[in-house]
Amino acid sequence: MTIFRRSEFIIAAILVVAMIFIGLINPAFWSMDNMFGLLRSNVIIGIMALGVLVVMISGGIDVSFTAFAVAAMYLTVKGMLYFGYEGVLVPFIAATLIGLVLGAFNAFFIHTFRMIPLIVTLGTGSVVRGLLLGLVGTSIINIDKMPPQLINFAKVNLVNATSATGTNYGLTAMILIYLGLALVTHLFLRYTMIGRSIFAYGGAPEAAKRVGFDTRKTLLFVYCFAGALAGFAGLLQGSMIWQANPRDFAGFELDVIAAVVLGGASIFGGRGSVAGTLLGVFMLVMVKNSLIIMKVDTTWQRVVVGLIIVGATALTAWRDRKKLV
Amino acid sequence: MSENLLELKNISKRFGGLVALDNVSLVLKPGEIHCLAGENGCGKSTIIKTIAGVYTPSEGEILIDGKPVTGFTPAQSVQRGIQVIYQDFSLFGNLTVAENLALNTMLLEGKKSVSWKRIRELATKALARLGVTMELDADVESLPTSGKQIVAIARAMMGDARLIIMDEPTTALTRPEVDALFRIVRDIQAQGIAVLFVSHKMREMLEISERLTVLRNGKKVAEGPIGDFNEAAITRAMTGHDLTDQTYEWAPAKGDVQPRLDVKQLSIPGAFENIDLTLRAGEIVGLSGLIGSGRTEFALALFGMNPKYTGSVTIDGKAVHPKSVQDAINSGLAYVPEDRLTEGLFLTQSIERNMLATSFENFVSGIFIDRKKADAATKAMFAAMQIAAPSPQTPVNHLSGGNQQRVVLARWLLTGARVLILNGPTVGVDVGSKAQIHRKIRELATENGLAVLMISDDVPELVQNCNRVIVMHRGRFVDEIAADTLNEDALNDRLKALK
Repeated sequence: MTIFRRSEFIIAAILVVAMIFIGLINPAFWSMDNMFGLLRSNVIIGIMALGVLVVMISGGIDVSFTAFAVAAMYLTVKGMLYFGYEGVLVPFIAATLIGLVLGAFNAFFIHTFRMIPLIVTLGTGSVVRGLLLGLVGTSIINIDKMPPQLINFAKVNLVNATSATGTNYGLTAMILIYLGLALVTHLFLRYTMIGRSIFAYGGAPEAAKRVGFDTRKTLLFVYCFAGALAGFAGLLQGSMIWQANPRDFAGFELDVIAAVVLGGASIFGGRGSVAGTLLGVFMLVMVKNSLIIMKVDTTWQRVVVGLIIVGATALTAWRDRKKLV
Repeated sequence: MSENLLELKNISKRFGGLVALDNVSLVLKPGEIHCLAGENGCGKSTIIKTIAGVYTPSEGEILIDGKPVTGFTPAQSVQRGIQVIYQDFSLFGNLTVAENLALNTMLLEGKKSVSWKRIRELATKALARLGVTMELDADVESLPTSGKQIVAIARAMMGDARLIIMDEPTTALTRPEVDALFRIVRDIQAQGIAVLFVSHKMREMLEISERLTVLRNGKKVAEGPIGDFNEAAITRAMTGHDLTDQTYEWAPAKGDVQPRLDVKQLSIPGAFENIDLTLRAGEIVGLSGLIGSGRTEFALALFGMNPKYTGSVTIDGKAVHPKSVQDAINSGLAYVPEDRLTEGLFLTQSIERNMLATSFENFVSGIFIDRKKADAATKAMFAAMQIAAPSPQTPVNHLSGGNQQRVVLARWLLTGARVLILNGPTVGVDVGSKAQIHRKIRELATENGLAVLMISDDVPELVQNCNRVIVMHRGRFVDEIAADTLNEDALNDRLKALK
């Protein structure tokens, strides 16, 4: 396990250096206002990243989860409007379940037909997005129609403050949900047999079968977990930005995967940790945030995200290769 | 309690129309070391998988402790104390030694949660039972092959194993590691655990096992206490015929004939120095020496993979200095690497394409490949090499090791090679195919006039097939044994003297 500790230490060190560097260029970076904003931006990408982390440890990849997130969000909000439902808990459970069921489809195809996860999830993601737009609707549900209880739920802050210019800001309580899910994911990966089976499967699928793991269950769990987290994150995103857009999250899967890879998870499977992923998510959000502060065009932000994926993957691949020799 | 731990009674297994096992019976007693021998494809792995519960026999009975078992599954096999160590060990490289050792037990116990303290306890106990110490927190992929094997054995012994099946356990081990493994196997036996040792290496069988069962083409052809066998008897049982052990005779052609290959003062600092070598048509010259003697480096330099050498190379009187593999091929050299599977063949591609892989440029007209010409050449080669396959279109991964090796040889012949360098030509090939490959190499030398340089660690192979053997040590040719004094003892003595 020293390798994990070591790579997490390196990620943390890079993060600190980057933070000092960015702070020097732009002193506003260290303001409480900006920090709270940064943490807020961690929530959605972070929750999704936990799901992708688990998929990547199992040796797979998932690019369908953003589609599942959008579907879960849009269907749930539509349903709430249709039934005039007033609560918050049931919609979140519903969104989570929608994601979970869609994830089960991924697992089914990957396990039954031994298909490559990338192809399966490209396909299911596309189908889900298409069906959502074709059958459910294309119109954005804006703040005027958005269920107010969702907005109020996501508005809850842990700390409130007023800046020098007189605007109010705060640290969203949603960060607690994110950190809570991260803790659960960590405990689960480390202290349950099914968690260990994910590592085992990612390291050597055939051996996992021979040792006696129920690998169908492992895969089912992995993709359902990723789907469920995405569904939950989808509805949370809608609540936080006060609108439900059926075209949301386009291209966002790349950011999430970049964050997980940045956090030291191996593209070959078998390696990765929640702590690393938290750091990776923070790093990616911080870099994107800094680019915005520095008024870098959004097209160039895509370039940066792409470079991060290639760079971080090359690094982890190099690390894993070196170990094999 | 019956005195037989496991008994297979008249087991047959068919896959479609193919008979993998035909009426095979096998008895294993508690605490015995039993060897299961046979060439590749003789049904050894089918037997292992039947005992492990992976395959259900088409006919016959499995008895454990004298009682018949029905509907035998892998889980039941494990429950009854049967453990299989497959060739790839089935370990998890990304997990620690401790977790690899403990996973099985925890799975058997049906645990849902993981206690890391317990994992360490289980692992410590497992290693103590084998009497070895190991870093528990090391990732398994950082261990050498022998270390991985120890982990696999220690894991197999947990959970009250009564029979451990080892599938070709010595393939990737050096001799000292094999000795260490045998000590462990005897230790296991002392604890009352039976070991079924699956192998095709005769010396190891004779050394370790107490009883032997030989399979050929899915049938049991011999069995008995090891004292009843010797190498020749096992070979005969495995292959079904006696193999010639006639040595290779070569007489220099009359008159002053140009040598095929003439190497003078070849040096690469740090790898080898001042190598002089002359090979004549029809010669098969052995090159032996310890690992790290520089012999492979020498071969690779000749083959253009390290052109930074000094000295001269002459092929059929023409000075050459291959700067790339393509150069070397064009000058008439061919090199068959040690690991033909990873370095030499495109496994999913057809025999035909594999044969043509290095000689396509000989079959082009303009920018197109002359299919007719290429087809004719590969068909002729397919026949000449006597490759056992339905057609040249058969994918190479359907062939046995020996046939694959012949495809590699055919490929080099198609390039019009005159000097053939073989590096470990029969590593991992079973005894029957080995003899066929040797015959082919001899034919190439005598009939096609090739000069062959055979790099090998296999002393009997060198003695049998070479008209002289050169010993290399620390980058120099230190010794040469001519045909009249060449025998196994002489070569062994020279090799031992190197240390």
